[in-house]
Amino acid sequence: MSAAETEIPPPRDSLLRRISDVLASHHGFYIFLLLLPPLLWLGIVYLGSLFALLAESFFYIDDFSGVVVRQPTLATYGELFQSANFAVIERTVAIALAVTLLAIIVAFPIAYYAARYARGRLKAAFYVLILMPLWSSYLVKVYAWKLLLAKEGAIGWVFDQFGAGRVLDAILNVPVIGGPALSTSYIGMVLVFLYLWIPYMILPVQAALERVPNSFVEASADLGATPRQTFWKVILPLAAPGVVAGAIFTFSLTLGDYIVPEIVGPSSPILGQVVYIQQGTAGNIPLAAAFSVAPIVIMGVLLTIARRTGAFEAL
Amino acid sequence: MSMDSPVAAVSFRGVARHFGVVRAVDGVDLDIAPGEFFAMLGPSGSGKTTCLRLIAGFEQPTAGTIAIFGEAVAGVPPYRRPVNTVFQDYALFPHMNVLANVCYGLSIRGMARAEREKRGREALALVKLAGMETRRPAELSGGQRQRVALARALVVRPKVLLLDEPLGALDLKLREDMQGELKTLHRTLGLTFVFVTHDQGEALSMADRVAVFNDGRIVQVGSPEDVYERPRTRFVADFVGSSNVIEAATAKAWIGADRAASLRPEKISLLAAGALAPADAVTVEGRVTEVLYHGAVRRIELETSAGRLVAAVPATSGGEASAGATVRLAFPRAALHVMDGP
Repeated sequence: MSAAETEIPPPRDSLLRRISDVLASHHGFYIFLLLLPPLLWLGIVYLGSLFALLAESFFYIDDFSGVVVRQPTLATYGELFQSANFAVIERTVAIALAVTLLAIIVAFPIAYYAARYARGRLKAAFYVLILMPLWSSYLVKVYAWKLLLAKEGAIGWVFDQFGAGRVLDAILNVPVIGGPALSTSYIGMVLVFLYLWIPYMILPVQAALERVPNSFVEASADLGATPRQTFWKVILPLAAPGVVAGAIFTFSLTLGDYIVPEIVGPSSPILGQVVYIQQGTAGNIPLAAAFSVAPIVIMGVLLTIARRTGAFEAL
Repeated sequence: MSMDSPVAAVSFRGVARHFGVVRAVDGVDLDIAPGEFFAMLGPSGSGKTTCLRLIAGFEQPTAGTIAIFGEAVAGVPPYRRPVNTVFQDYALFPHMNVLANVCYGLSIRGMARAEREKRGREALALVKLAGMETRRPAELSGGQRQRVALARALVVRPKVLLLDEPLGALDLKLREDMQGELKTLHRTLGLTFVFVTHDQGEALSMADRVAVFNDGRIVQVGSPEDVYERPRTRFVADFVGSSNVIEAATAKAWIGADRAASLRPEKISLLAAGALAPADAVTVEGRVTEVLYHGAVRRIELETSAGRLVAAVPATSGGEASAGATVRLAFPRAALHVMDGP
């Protein structure tokens, strides 16, 4: 081979290459360009509207004229702590907690199986099954559940077929969470939320479990731990960040939802519905804004607690 | 196989472990004596690691029986076996500090905190990690993690310590230091050590006995000298110290053997021009194809009438051999070891 044959011509110069030259040598500028669009979006559209909302919550509404008075006051927050309004917050947090705890209990075994045992086609099938509910319309799913849970619905029918109608009645007779039918009880509402948000719990828990190498499980067994001990001392602590991430999803999604409780569950409204009513029919934007701040504060507190307990340390 | 002790620390009888059609371990008989430093040597996929996992209980044999100190362990889960493992990736728990990792086995056994931490500190001192108790595994170097893994396995006083490629992830200098330390630990503790490696140097330098694995079977068991000086098969000759294999026809012409023989590169010397071959030596002429300088030795690759040969001569000599030169080689007849195979 001669040298002339092996010589490779230098790349041709072009405008794009020159731009690349500038960007490659000015790394900070490159990062700035990269982050500019998302920061504009977050800064103006998201944070801007959030602060506008926050500001609104410090105004109050004139009872006679129904006009928002733009003078800073804590009166609206005082209204928030009136027993009827505060009960809404309590009720919503209780429902969100129930949904989150149930989601952890239901999702963990599924995620555990998917992460540690499913391989190949089975794993692909698993992903499809988990994600499929997210492909169809949210409203369709909620109405479908309303029919399933209704007094004469499929679930009641199944209970009757197995002669367990009394069991269902007993469940519905439990005070507070029960009701005339599943579709008008808190049990029904929690079930629908659980169904809607379960993928958001399974996926992060599964991701966390995938990152626990099998050798940790073997090392634990090797050192004398039974599978149960290994679960509590090695697997669960290492999966905790995934559980916390999933819990943040399920909890905050429940906290903000206002469509499911419109369709399923008892008539007493939860937080999202109250915000909806206050800013809509009632026209009390300051109170709606104050109600909207509640989930933000609750999530902030929960995240701080989660961080304190070291749930993020194994990340 | 003759054993000094009536009860072997670990014994395999006709052990096989098949994964579908893959015969990872295929008919292994083995006795490891109490207190022995035993190496399982072989290339990847030769079944050595599976054998270790069979002892630990992470795998169950498809056929055959395994006994640990005379007790059959069929169906006994890992957490009920008197053996502990140092894992290849160390498998330190990232959510616990060094001391908690070391004390894990003791806390599982329900030992009181004060007592287990005392023992944990002793174990850490044994592996020269005193003062590192509150560090997280992520804050340690590879060598330190290795020591924590060792302390964690030793603190629960296993009857047999299993080491899976324990030095594989360390750099050369650290590996050499650790070899010496493991050897010292073995002598002071008097435990049975079983370790798996693909590094023949490691196996030869540390073990009392070496089992050479290939294709799921043991091809030779013996002292390091045995395995190195008297390989039974071509595979052992080649895998342990890359020997020259002299084909049967040539071996017959040289020493009257009717089977192939192995010839260690360092047994071959270069004869100076005009020098007389020593008595009882075989001489052969060869053309140098490549010379590799290794510091202590020079490896000279040659083309000869007996085929391709590699000679390892002290680096202080052999400087005159360069690619293309024709040289005369000599080696004692006794250096030719006739192997079992054809």
